[in-house]
Amino acid sequence: MNKIKSLDDLRRIKQDLAGGMNIREKSNSPESLVQIRVAMATCGIASGARNVMNTLIEKIEKDKIPAIVTQGGCMGYCYAEPTVEVKKPGEDPVVFSFVNEKVAIDILEKYVLKGELIDGILPVNYRTIEQK
Amino acid sequence: MNDLSLHILDILQNSVSAGAYEIRLTVEEDPESDRLTVSIIDNGKGMSGEQLERVSDPFFTSRTTRRVGLGIPLFKQTCRESGGDLTITSQLGKGTSVTAVMGYSHIDRPPLGDISNILVLTMISNPEINFIFTYIYKKREFIFISSEVNDIIKDILSGNNQMIKLLTEYLNNNISELKT
Repeated sequence: MNKIKSLDDLRRIKQDLAGGMNIREKSNSPESLVQIRVAMATCGIASGARNVMNTLIEKIEKDKIPAIVTQGGCMGYCYAEPTVEVKKPGEDPVVFSFVNEKVAIDILEKYVLKGELIDGILPVNYRTIEQK
Repeated sequence: MNDLSLHILDILQNSVSAGAYEIRLTVEEDPESDRLTVSIIDNGKGMSGEQLERVSDPFFTSRTTRRVGLGIPLFKQTCRESGGDLTITSQLGKGTSVTAVMGYSHIDRPPLGDISNILVLTMISNPEINFIFTYIYKKREFIFISSEVNDIIKDILSGNNQMIKLLTEYLNNNISELKT
């Protein structure tokens, strides 16, 4: 493949991909996709959040998983970084802690695709008695 | 932080949190004057004089989720250890400018790392922000404006993750070409 050096090159490849069968069917609304948010504050970045985000993107692309990955801010779980929040359509978000490249793959293969829970879930949905 | 791109990613996140809708990232490699300069200028909410005075204090942060703010102090320390310094100017309601200068050949200067990768990761997470990225090497420059690729970013947000890799490759190719 020729090197992509201009925006025209980039758009041409995009059109080629769209014209062929190389990309999976895209969704019209991001809400219908699994939304994955990687906490990317100083604590997350220093703990390896960028590698986790890159791993998630590569795996999603390779296995054609209907998900999008974005960055988030600090949720206050600095001790447990990198953290990853996964929100499946119509479900409450789940936050996974101490995520590395291996755990990132597990999140996709086990939780996103099979609905199995894995170790390291942070109780973000916990409500105190005062809140109730 | 293993390389400078992680520090830059961290400062970009500050600009995002400050509500900026335009962020200018400039990286200048100048071996002749032995200087590496990184500047991040945003039009976010800015800081008051008091906030600006305390911004390098690791025990000061505007966040409510935790009581420390290590991003700026860590970057400043890296700059100083590399024979340079980090300066910040800010105006409340107008924006903030962070400039990091390091000795280009200084033995303690961390490598730049994958700037294209951190830029693309931040762009796709914040499609509403216009990122203006300038890379300068020996006075030759490459300029990238994210609003010009809104169609590609929209495609990525619809689930076409393949475009992330291609967009990163496009930036890396142009940076490499500057250096040849």
